[in-house]
Amino acid sequence: MTRAGLQALVSHWWRNPMQLFTLVVGLSLATALWSGVQAVNAEARASYDAAAQTLGEGQFAQITSPTGTILQADYIRLRRAGWLVSPVAEGRLDGVRLIGLDPLTAPSGLGPVDLGDGELTVDVLTRGVLFATQDTLDRIAAYDVEQVASPDIAPGVILTDVGTAQRLLDLDDQLNRLIVAPEQPITQTPFNDVTPALTMRSPQGGSDVARLTDSFHLNLTAFGLLSFAVGIFIVHGAIGLAFEQRRPVIRTLRALGFPLRRLVFLIAFELLVISLIAGAIGVGLGYIVAAALLPDVAATISGLYGASVSGTLQLRPEWWASGLMIAVGGTGMAAMSSLIQLARMPLLASARPRAWAMQAGRGRMMQAGLAAGLLILAALLGAFGSGLVAGFGMLAALLIGAALALPVVLDRVLAFGASRAKSVVAEWFWADTRQQLPGLSLALMALLLAMAANVGVSTMVSSFRLTFTGFLDQRLASEFYVYADDAEQAAALQTYLTPRVDKVLPIQSIDQDIRGLSSEIYGPTAHATYRDNWLFLQSAPDAWARIEAGEGAAINEQLARRADIDIGDEITLAGQPFPVLGIYGDYGNPIGQVIVTEPVFARLFPDVRALRFGLRMDAADIPALAADLRETFDLAEANMINQAGIKTFSLDVFERTFTVTGALNVLTLAVAGFAILMSLLTLATMRLPQLAPVWAQGLTRARLGRIEIVRAVLLALLTAALALPLGLALAWTLLAVVNVEAFGWRLPMFLFPLDYLRLAVFAVVAAVLAALWPARKLARTRPADLLKVFSNER
Amino acid sequence: MNAKILALLLLPCAASAQGFAGLGTETDDFATPERPAIFDFPADHGPHDDYRIEWWYLTANLEAADGTPYGLQWTLFRSALAPDGGDGWSSPQLWMGHAAVTTPDAHFVSERLARGGIGQAGVTAAPFEAWIDDWQLKGPDFDALTMTASGPDFAYDMTLTAQGPLIFQGDNGYSVKSAEGQASYYYSQPFYEIEGTLILPDGNVAVTGNAWLDREWSSQPLSDNQTGWDWFSLSLDAGKLMGFRLRQTDGSFYTSATWITPGGEPTAYPDGAFTAEPTTTTNVQGRDIPTGWNVRLDAQGVDVSLQAINPQAWMDTSIPYWEGPITVTGSHNGVGYLEMTGYE
Repeated sequence: MTRAGLQALVSHWWRNPMQLFTLVVGLSLATALWSGVQAVNAEARASYDAAAQTLGEGQFAQITSPTGTILQADYIRLRRAGWLVSPVAEGRLDGVRLIGLDPLTAPSGLGPVDLGDGELTVDVLTRGVLFATQDTLDRIAAYDVEQVASPDIAPGVILTDVGTAQRLLDLDDQLNRLIVAPEQPITQTPFNDVTPALTMRSPQGGSDVARLTDSFHLNLTAFGLLSFAVGIFIVHGAIGLAFEQRRPVIRTLRALGFPLRRLVFLIAFELLVISLIAGAIGVGLGYIVAAALLPDVAATISGLYGASVSGTLQLRPEWWASGLMIAVGGTGMAAMSSLIQLARMPLLASARPRAWAMQAGRGRMMQAGLAAGLLILAALLGAFGSGLVAGFGMLAALLIGAALALPVVLDRVLAFGASRAKSVVAEWFWADTRQQLPGLSLALMALLLAMAANVGVSTMVSSFRLTFTGFLDQRLASEFYVYADDAEQAAALQTYLTPRVDKVLPIQSIDQDIRGLSSEIYGPTAHATYRDNWLFLQSAPDAWARIEAGEGAAINEQLARRADIDIGDEITLAGQPFPVLGIYGDYGNPIGQVIVTEPVFARLFPDVRALRFGLRMDAADIPALAADLRETFDLAEANMINQAGIKTFSLDVFERTFTVTGALNVLTLAVAGFAILMSLLTLATMRLPQLAPVWAQGLTRARLGRIEIVRAVLLALLTAALALPLGLALAWTLLAVVNVEAFGWRLPMFLFPLDYLRLAVFAVVAAVLAALWPARKLARTRPADLLKVFSNER
Repeated sequence: MNAKILALLLLPCAASAQGFAGLGTETDDFATPERPAIFDFPADHGPHDDYRIEWWYLTANLEAADGTPYGLQWTLFRSALAPDGGDGWSSPQLWMGHAAVTTPDAHFVSERLARGGIGQAGVTAAPFEAWIDDWQLKGPDFDALTMTASGPDFAYDMTLTAQGPLIFQGDNGYSVKSAEGQASYYYSQPFYEIEGTLILPDGNVAVTGNAWLDREWSSQPLSDNQTGWDWFSLSLDAGKLMGFRLRQTDGSFYTSATWITPGGEPTAYPDGAFTAEPTTTTNVQGRDIPTGWNVRLDAQGVDVSLQAINPQAWMDTSIPYWEGPITVTGSHNGVGYLEMTGYE
């Protein structure tokens, strides 16, 4: 009997292959988007990590020597005294920066170089291998050392083993600095007892970039979930339709005595099989999407075998598992209400035509109530909630509430339109559109969510990009940074540099607790660099002028939030009170920061001398100046940082991800467009009885087709109008609620009206494309078919 | 640390299917142990660079004044990427140190890596000193040693005094590891008295006990079809027993054992005389590891059951394995150490 039941159920799909196609494609696309975003996220994270490793030499404490070189014997003495330090030998090779590390002791191995290949690694250690981008390698072709192109290394930098670097740079038994591992053993000889001549410099917080990107990834993950939600709406629609159309079969089966429980089980089983198949297709598609989207990342065969190759996309088992799980779970979610309906349906009610749509109509009041409740909940969570869970809860309530509210709002708008209609055709148009709403509402909800997600994500991504560039400008404002090893060298450097560059900006800082929170106090020289690049989130009038006059201090957002300090509040520096005149964004910095002007700093902390200098100068002159400094002061490579180069490199890395999210936006819209197409196609056959009388009264088929397209445009425009505020609310939640809860600072939100306009155009185009085929079909319906409506009793 | 690099490097084919940690790979141009084994001391306490792999492996069963049992490990591995090569940084010799302290409810582990040729790690035979970073095992000679090691959450400082002679395993120090004849040079000093201080998160603990040092070197100690080993060192009331069981891909075992009288007289037993059967398994880091054993050496009337003092004594190092102290009951009573490798 089970077999016969299953046959009867499955026969539905044979008769309606298009519906099966919708279901499978909708689910596959949803899964594809989800896993595509996951993959992009993971790969982007990996490449950021690589970038941060090349950039982030400052994330570890460093040991340096006033002479610029450290004897290898001193390195061994430190190791044998229990200090987990790792040697660095570096210098210039044909104008390219050569960095030699010891992969066995370096806290992050050879940085972005993947030593997954045993034979290559043996060569690295015993013979010498140079790793750099191909461009960089081309510049040092003359050396007889094995070279391997590695795209993740910063341009103009060669990474190699410390022994190889020593050999190429003629540094016999000498090193330039030591990296201090973050975790040290509990027993070790005090540093100054082992090598008193060397100095240890604490980490410079170089992992700021990583912290900033964490927030970006969280937001991208939220986007992945949104994309999935869009897909689930499609699936929900397809499943609902399938139930609706299978009612006669279900009624007949039940009338023949087929147990309800088994029927529900069979349908659930059928959906499980479909969702597994669609999920598998989706994961595969997602892989292709991700591979296509990441321009530098080719999904090679090695991905399939799990071999770890840097720069290629990995098809990981957990990826399959999560993709399939989300497909099955999503189908379950989408089918739940239909299954419950089926289980509760009275035997004889089953065959009523369009029962499903009508039931949806009856439930509208309830739906409106639910939507209002959810939106109020979202507002309450936004106003009073705290914690990441509240943030995500708000996001969910907002989206579901808005989606549920959409048909109700559209219905009201259409009713309003109908009341203003002047002609008979217009009146019919409004009424007919209203009548179609239940059938289209799921597709429109999908469009609403897709658009809102797009508005939200493009706002988030673009705001992030602006913030990040601003952050780089602020943090790396000077073109060139120079570090002195001691006060004497610092003074000499300052004298030497002042006539040679536009401006020397000494960077002096000291650590102090502010209101019990560990903070760093900076005393920059008054200069346009700071006025232009350090933008205040909040400030008192004339803040910079007053700070430069020594009347007050500026603090970073982290300190303001954690210590609950507002503009005008006083903080104590070296025993003296200073009013806070400005609060600036300091993305990614985990600790508090205070800025006072240089004379104030010198008065408060007379013993602190600047060892770092930011140099404002023409970026083109940097190489020449660096060569001068090497010559004149014997300054090590690590003491000179060309920030202009680093800035370009990090922006390039981020640009990749921005392109990717743009492409994902288009994809989500395409999915929503597909949902509209499917709904219209399904409605087209059902609506023949409603269209036939209109045709019979003189409206041509061609005109009917045109009206279909106008309807699609109208609905898309209305949905877009609602999606814009929803998307902005979404972006605001991500930036101002979720981000603050997760990371303790707020990403400023910027608006991009042109982007939104373009999105609305895309949405309308998608809707028109979706309506085109059904409209064309309608325009070409044979008159005989329309006439049949009158002969059939229905 | 850089686990993947190390696994690929230190023991060249750890990732391949050729036995545990690549110990079953071809010997290439490395020297191979030959029979009869002729030793030259103190030189043989030092390194043998022309062999692929070598270790100085010390384990100790300790007891605090309140009777709490502890275990301690200090190991230095040498592995050569090639039988000969450059010096300084380009030396093919690599060193790996493992130190551990096991308490009934905690297991502390630390690992160190070093390049040969730069003085960061190494061994000298006379005066005897084996070191990596600040860890050292140092004598005036092999009979009187001091030993230190430290990690992020533990450290120890011990002194060792030998109370008996060196024991040569297998055929006078030529230890056969498979039916195909793979072998290593292998001798032990199982008679150390040890005392010192464990520095643990809960405070310092003064301990005494006995320690067992194994010296072994070879270029291919395992056969291709061997996947790992279970190694036992037991200090019993009537003598000491070293036994191991090499697990083979077909499910069979290759065993070997040495019975050592309290006076230091060894008797070696061939394949099959010694048996070891798991009685209890424990889930350790997602793997099923046998932590209770029945061990028999019928020729000496040994039929004992072994229980791990801390079943979670997992060495979460570049090449992971289980190593920890055990208690012995049955025909004989005592303590011992158990090492199990190749449980992936």
